[in-house]
Amino acid sequence: MSVPRFWRELDTRYNLIGSYCKITDTYHYPRRSFNPEAGRESIGSMEDYQFKGTGTVVTPTVVHQAQTGYEMFGPYCMAIIELDEGPRITSQIVDCRPDTVKSGMRVKSVFRKLGEDSESGILHYGTKFILFGNDIDDELDEDSIDDVEL
Amino acid sequence: MRDVSIIGVGITKFGELWDKSLRELGLETGLAAINDAGITSNDIDALYIGNMAAGSTLQQEHVSALIADYCGLANQNIPATRVEAASASGGLAIRQAYMAIAGGFIDVAVVGGAEKMTDVSDSESSYTVSMGSDEQWEAKAGATFTSLHAIIAQNHMLEYGTTREQLSSVAAKNHYHASLNPMAQFPFALDPATVSKSGMVSTPLRMLDCAPNSDGAAAVVLCASDKAKKFTDKPIKIIGSGQASDTLSLHHRKYLHRLPAINIAAKKAFEDSNKKPEDLDLIEVHDNFTISEIIALEEIGIFKHGEAAKKSLEGETKLGGIIPVNTSGGLKARGHAPGATGIAQIIELVKQLRGEAGERQVKNAKLALAENHGGTAATAVVHILEAE
Repeated sequence: MSVPRFWRELDTRYNLIGSYCKITDTYHYPRRSFNPEAGRESIGSMEDYQFKGTGTVVTPTVVHQAQTGYEMFGPYCMAIIELDEGPRITSQIVDCRPDTVKSGMRVKSVFRKLGEDSESGILHYGTKFILFGNDIDDELDEDSIDDVEL
Repeated sequence: MRDVSIIGVGITKFGELWDKSLRELGLETGLAAINDAGITSNDIDALYIGNMAAGSTLQQEHVSALIADYCGLANQNIPATRVEAASASGGLAIRQAYMAIAGGFIDVAVVGGAEKMTDVSDSESSYTVSMGSDEQWEAKAGATFTSLHAIIAQNHMLEYGTTREQLSSVAAKNHYHASLNPMAQFPFALDPATVSKSGMVSTPLRMLDCAPNSDGAAAVVLCASDKAKKFTDKPIKIIGSGQASDTLSLHHRKYLHRLPAINIAAKKAFEDSNKKPEDLDLIEVHDNFTISEIIALEEIGIFKHGEAAKKSLEGETKLGGIIPVNTSGGLKARGHAPGATGIAQIIELVKQLRGEAGERQVKNAKLALAENHGGTAATAVVHILEAE
């Protein structure tokens, strides 16, 4: 990815900054300067908002054939997560066995490396999520990762 | 508005066509289509090209001019336009030509779709397919195109109790149809149990739930219906056309078990044609994954929501069933070359409506529908065709 393309989204990626719409009292991620539900009225009424980073898993899936750049993680958990303020986000859930993640589990955001352009290219950082506050064994068990098969 | 008919078709076999370039594929199918239509290059008013990914896979943009040039249409300065909407590029290219002819701007258009997906590695072609979803906020975050459909499948299973056995029946049925289609990429039958045991790609979707990334090309000739008889005695009329869009990201949708853009595009096509889902004799749908075929059938209105998977397992969508679906083998087994796929669907319907489908012929086929979508159905295109 080109440097400017990544650079202009640093704060929204690193700090989970999105938008709050004063017209409809709703939150949006990623940042939007226009709220599709409020239309033209929302222009100028969208404020930056830093999400708390807590949310709930809507639907997880265990990815066995990894996305380009994610080969080292496979198998890994991708999920649609609903942030507590309302908007949904697609993100990786890390630091746990991928098959332990279920709908309804609580998650919180962590700052992680997303990838790199090449050995000498820019590094991409951003937000991923970890399980927290769930009544299960969240601990990563390196030895058991190879056994994952649903 | 004028009526528009399809007067010629041409298609390559889909697959790993390493010995053929994009321009050669375009020429091969374009020539086949104009020969079939009985027209010459002097009759062509415009060229429309469906192509998703030449920029990513071949480092070549401006493929409309490229194809026009290698088809010998550049020295006649024929207008050529590329249409891109991920895997819906082909269907959408047909709709652009349809609207131009219906609107009276032109009389005859050639619509070609061509794609080269296997000149690059599997990893690169898979990422290219991901670009039909939100590259920044889905693909780059680690979501493969299959994983997004896996999330859709899980929600459909949760909502309606859709099962693994039902999903496998869709792939097995499409492979059975492909075994009757010599132009299919995978012309062999497949046991549902083999689908159920194939390697996991993204839970719950397995390798044989997924369509391949193929090379291939397809072309049709569209003509104002009042002029069609001059060229052919069996024109096939386009009696309905609909298109709709949705949010690019799956996570911005209200429901994760539906693909509503298909519903809206289909409603428009049914309104245009004054037909109902139960009037149809056969359908081609965009089964990039088994779950997509099931949801498409529900969105089009062939079955009630939650019923399509059961009907598939009961064989109702197989040749001889109440409504044959994907008699070509579908994306799963005919193959899926994104820019060409929507056109290949239309060609299957034309062959069926002409009564030229050979072993897989649907008896007395008069009315047929094609559904083509891009990304997680952020673009959907539906056409209804009728034998004249």
